[in-house]
Amino acid sequence: MNALRLYFRYVGASIRAQAQYPAATLLLTMGHIGATAIEILGVFALFHRFGEIKGWTFGEVALFYALINITFSLADLLTRGFDVFGTDFVRTGAFDRVLLRPRSATLQLIGHEIRLSRLGRLLQGLAVLAVATRLAPIEWDAAAVAIAVWAVTGGVALFAGILVLQATLAFWTVESLEVVNVLTYGGVQAAQYPLDIYAGWFRRVLTFGIPLACVAYYPVLAILKRPDPLGAPDWLLPLTPLAGFAFLALSFVAWRAGMARYASTGS
Amino acid sequence: MPQILVEGLAKSYRVAERAPGLGGAVRGLFRRRWREVKALVDLSFSLEAGELLAFIGPNGAGKSTTVKILSGILRPTSGRVEVGGLVPYEDRLRHVARIGVVFGQRSQLWWDLPVLDGFDLLADIYRVPPDRYRARRDELVAMLRLEPLLAQPVRQLSLGQRMRAEFAAALLHDPEVLFLDEPTIGLDAPAKLAVREFVKRLNRERGVTVLLTTHDMHDVEALAERVIVIGQGRLLADSSLDALRAGVFAERRLWVDFTEEAPALDIPGVQVRARTGRSLELAFDPAKIPAAQLIASIAAAHAVEDIHVDEPAIEEVIARFYDLHDSSEA
Amino acid sequence: MSAALRPYAAAFRARFLLMLQYRVAALAGFATQCWWGAIKIMVYAAFYESAGAAAPISLPNIVTYTWLGQAFLALLPWLADPEVGASIRTGGVGYDRLRPIDAYGYWYARTLGWIAARALPRAVLMLLAAGVVLPLVGLEAWAWQPPAGPEAVALFVPAFVLMILLAVAVLMLANVVVAASLNERGVNAILMPTVVVFSGSLVPLDFFPDAMRPFLHLQPLAGLVDIPFRIYFADLRGAAALQGLALQAGWIVVLVALGRVAMARMMRHLEMQGG
Repeated sequence: MNALRLYFRYVGASIRAQAQYPAATLLLTMGHIGATAIEILGVFALFHRFGEIKGWTFGEVALFYALINITFSLADLLTRGFDVFGTDFVRTGAFDRVLLRPRSATLQLIGHEIRLSRLGRLLQGLAVLAVATRLAPIEWDAAAVAIAVWAVTGGVALFAGILVLQATLAFWTVESLEVVNVLTYGGVQAAQYPLDIYAGWFRRVLTFGIPLACVAYYPVLAILKRPDPLGAPDWLLPLTPLAGFAFLALSFVAWRAGMARYASTGS
Repeated sequence: MPQILVEGLAKSYRVAERAPGLGGAVRGLFRRRWREVKALVDLSFSLEAGELLAFIGPNGAGKSTTVKILSGILRPTSGRVEVGGLVPYEDRLRHVARIGVVFGQRSQLWWDLPVLDGFDLLADIYRVPPDRYRARRDELVAMLRLEPLLAQPVRQLSLGQRMRAEFAAALLHDPEVLFLDEPTIGLDAPAKLAVREFVKRLNRERGVTVLLTTHDMHDVEALAERVIVIGQGRLLADSSLDALRAGVFAERRLWVDFTEEAPALDIPGVQVRARTGRSLELAFDPAKIPAAQLIASIAAAHAVEDIHVDEPAIEEVIARFYDLHDSSEA
Repeated sequence: MSAALRPYAAAFRARFLLMLQYRVAALAGFATQCWWGAIKIMVYAAFYESAGAAAPISLPNIVTYTWLGQAFLALLPWLADPEVGASIRTGGVGYDRLRPIDAYGYWYARTLGWIAARALPRAVLMLLAAGVVLPLVGLEAWAWQPPAGPEAVALFVPAFVLMILLAVAVLMLANVVVAASLNERGVNAILMPTVVVFSGSLVPLDFFPDAMRPFLHLQPLAGLVDIPFRIYFADLRGAAALQGLALQAGWIVVLVALGRVAMARMMRHLEMQGG
């Protein structure tokens, strides 16, 4: 049985497990919709008060917001096992069980738990995408759709890379890894607005450090067919999501080093 | 070629030592002091296919480190390990497909899923062909009387029921070797008996090689023909249980209940170990005074209500074994 | 200290000291809050640059508002006290009933210790970073400003105390609902967004559409962020500030009364069930 089929079997098992607690799952999903919806409410309140932000309208910012939230929700669905790796696997010793099975640890971890409640953020992102499409001058031609899908894929790779790095840190310490939330939740927060509203040092962090701008800001410019106010050449814009895959690849190099360490220390 | 071969196995860890307090935590970021912990110093043994071996030793002796190395989770510092011709930690994915592991304290089933769903998922994980899986599963369900439990979520099972399900889960892919780490811990008496009975059958009838670690000496007495005792990372003994007992204790025990207050006995070569009201526990060396002669001499002089001879309990054997070993080392 | 208060003081102290041990968690929380604060402030600055005249609060004040919000984020009652959930699961609640003390007061003191210890180390670090370090490195414009004057200080101190007491009163209600419904996650899922929006933590309440203002300024959660912070930089002064304090105090009385009634009911229910 190939890896993809096994992954879907994990998904099925996870859904059946959550279906045992329908009320709790529903509540959590609602809570998740609430927690993410307040963010767009905040954005909306600011636009209601100010009208625009450095020449960007609410509809355009809604497109940034929608795509990064869709991206993050998909990454979050896929990488739960890495997210809770320190607390649920290393600290409890459950990682030994993973190693005792004749499948790659990565496959078992991404299949660990697929939380339906996280669909809340996805639904919310899709709803905001619909709003953005109404309000902003977006022409959803084949090229724009392709760039959006490509940007989301690269973004999922980037967030997955961040969570793999977080899990890798758990081979060394399981204390306070939630600081990585700065990059995940904080990254979503930052990428909800166009890059050019930020200070220079922050723009460089988001482009060259954790390349969130490469999976959000630059491809969205290409979708909106707007030139970069910061001067990146037009041809480069659709290529930038590649940075997400590069980040993920580097994260797995670190992950392998962590796995080797685990085999020699067992903790 | 033995099924399990362990030669000169050593494993040491470096443990970071941290000074207490915030200052210590900050200093620890820059300069760490390491302490070396030797979990295994030098361990060699081999196991033929179809053997059943119990691994005993106090906590920290290196039992679980050995099991982790044998099952491919850990890489040793030095030494050679082969299980069924594979080096576990070099060839982990292929190796683990051929072994089964049951941890007494950790579940491999899915807490919120019915038992049967967990089995199905394991069959996919281990790539067991569907018809082989069905046959194997039905056989295990029958042997372990799991039929009424299959539709229940694992979280609703009692510990004894869950252990039965764990055994089935560990065997669905028909492993050649089974590692059992404290499989009876926390179980009630009937569940312990059921587990022992099952392991015995598995070993006798199906020829599965079993390596068992346990603190429960009744497990050892009921199951193991061969016992390995380790302490401080070294092999202390590798023999049958009887030989181990004989080597440590020449003596045997005699329990006597008298009809009246227990008398003061003074027989050469016999030692009074305990006295409670009308009962005495005696220790004697059968080479010096045969049991029959001892019983006869007591019964001749006193009114005896009940009498029986026994060997020292295995807990005592092991405790004595470590005492002897420590004093010989010192 | 009067003997009657001793068990409550002890409950507070034990919890406070325990929580202070989680220093690494406090540092991690601090780093997260700095990052969040920086993003929020950059977003505000960009909006102000586009149409600053539309803003109900000046930019330096919104910067201070943001740092205050980040510093005291952990004082927001958005998470029911996890010890309450744990104590129900383990049956510890039963022991609480055996103690010769007022159960509401006892839990209130414990929750106060929990929330204060979680918030204070982060607040001190944030004050150092945003109030001292930022001006020193020449980023005066983005710094946490001192209070607007002696009058603002005199009003902010009681507002701050009331803000904490109000937060614990809200948490106590959440605790009781958790205890009664056994659903900690569900309660938190509803509590969190409600508190974040209506306290003014998301954006100051005056940023919402004008038609909503009368309601937003009267509801209880305004006393958690909006009222005390605006008193701090004298956006609320004189009579308006006193009104704010009265609103905070009034809601504390109402919520504590509600909490006591709900808790008494829940305890009776537990007794009937046999705990």
